[in-house]
Amino acid sequence: MGSVDMGIWTKRNEQPLFQVEGLTKYYGNRIGCVDVSFDLFPGEVLGIVGESGSGKSTLLSCLAGHLRPDLGSVIYDGRDVLAMAETERRKLSRTEWAYVHQNPRDGLRMGVSAGGNVGERLMAIGARHYGTIRDTATDWLGRVEIAADRIDDRPSAFSGGMQQRLQIARNLVTGPRLVFMDEPTGGLDVSVQARLLDLLRGLVRDLGLSVIIVTHDLAVVRLLADRLMVMKDGRVVEQGLTDQVLDDPQHAYSQLLVSSVLQV
Amino acid sequence: MTELFETGAYNFAYLDEQTKRMIRRAILKGVAVPGYQVPFASREMPMPYGWGTGGVQVTAACLVPEDRLKVIDQGADDTTNAVSIRKFFQRTAGVAVTEATIEATVIQTRHRIPETPLREGQIVVYQVPIPEPLRFLEPRETETRKMHELEEYGLMHVKLYEDIARHGEIATSYAYPVKVEGRYVMDPSPIPKFDNPKLGDNAAIQLFGAGREQRIYAVPPYTRVVSLDFDDHPFTASKAPHDCDLCGAKGSYLDEVITDDAGSRMYVCSDTDFCAGRRAAGHVGRLGVAMADGSA
Repeated sequence: MGSVDMGIWTKRNEQPLFQVEGLTKYYGNRIGCVDVSFDLFPGEVLGIVGESGSGKSTLLSCLAGHLRPDLGSVIYDGRDVLAMAETERRKLSRTEWAYVHQNPRDGLRMGVSAGGNVGERLMAIGARHYGTIRDTATDWLGRVEIAADRIDDRPSAFSGGMQQRLQIARNLVTGPRLVFMDEPTGGLDVSVQARLLDLLRGLVRDLGLSVIIVTHDLAVVRLLADRLMVMKDGRVVEQGLTDQVLDDPQHAYSQLLVSSVLQV
Repeated sequence: MTELFETGAYNFAYLDEQTKRMIRRAILKGVAVPGYQVPFASREMPMPYGWGTGGVQVTAACLVPEDRLKVIDQGADDTTNAVSIRKFFQRTAGVAVTEATIEATVIQTRHRIPETPLREGQIVVYQVPIPEPLRFLEPRETETRKMHELEEYGLMHVKLYEDIARHGEIATSYAYPVKVEGRYVMDPSPIPKFDNPKLGDNAAIQLFGAGREQRIYAVPPYTRVVSLDFDDHPFTASKAPHDCDLCGAKGSYLDEVITDDAGSRMYVCSDTDFCAGRRAAGHVGRLGVAMADGSA
């Protein structure tokens, strides 16, 4: 296996924010993902790539607590996520964690205005001042390049790219430390994708977010991810620095993946 | 006419004793956990859903032969829903009925709380169409139950936020969500928000029955009930800015009645018993006629 010595990324005097050890999930006799281990440090972006059915979405669901893994441990900031009470886990997922869905319809409330969508997480953690909530929402819409006069429009009146940016604003408004992204650029045309990636890169750097991003698009990880994990048939076949893996893939599957990208 | 309960054709108060026991158990649990929606096996009643099937079942489970029943619909004792439910219990339970709030031991109500302060020993039964206050924002029952379990009530404020964003103020004027005893967020049934302050610290037992949705919940006497709001948009119990045109009452909830094709209108107390009581005591409003002279 193309397992690399990870020592060079272990920044001294710094504890990992998120530690995953031997994570395994079976669907009956079928493999979801097997024996996945990694550490994620504050401010680091980890990309997970692989073809459809390689277990990357299963892995993300297990990490975000949407699915319960069969084996392994997930430690966030010294706390065992799997042993946590559901109250605590859900609290975590609306304060320090965020989850950006591939389809913005899954992550937004389509019947609620853009401002309400952004404000929901604030209200969920106890904000009770309308003026403050609205100001924060306006500020965040600006940060994701949505005009302030669209604040009372419903997401159904937004384009796909705007919906995705709104979903990002809604997730980041409470200042999370760890963001899970599932194909955030899926279904968007290339120019919109490029702008979204640019925006995401800026936000990630400015806010010092730790991100775990699942995608099949190598260009996305090239731009965003510090580190890369390649998955095949539920297993991690190679991991390392993004540029290293993409420029000099060791595993046969990684080589196939990299060489499959269309050159324009 | 021989009433139905006398012939033995029906059990006292229509429902059989086992069903009443089942409903009473749900009521007791509801009283023990204020604001919590207790599921119960709602029966098919001889009236359509939306006419008070839940309220009728709760009333049936509470009634004893010595009770004196009052039934109101939008505050009035003489509208179709009130008359038919009152008649239903006269025929199936043979209990005494009254229109006076003060005399009643059980009051079944749709959309109002009587103006006359309630007292200890009285039971108020509300008819509830949709018991779940989070329903219009979160359609999944599994998810709303989870939200109640974990006290995740941020979504309720999203609804109020939307109100202010769209209308400049909290425009929800009925079924205004409340938090009961610092724990459960509850739909107070479609009563006007004018009545919300009466829910809390009330001397009477308040029971809520939703027949179609199969839920019973309760607010025991002297319970803390708080209407949800924002710090900069506080809750206000609003009403039409008029006095009653019949009895002159200033502080009662009013119905607006169009009186001719030219758009003339009058405002009258929605609580007919309260209004009649005031007029009998000599109060006369703008368009009212003194009681002794005949009807108004």
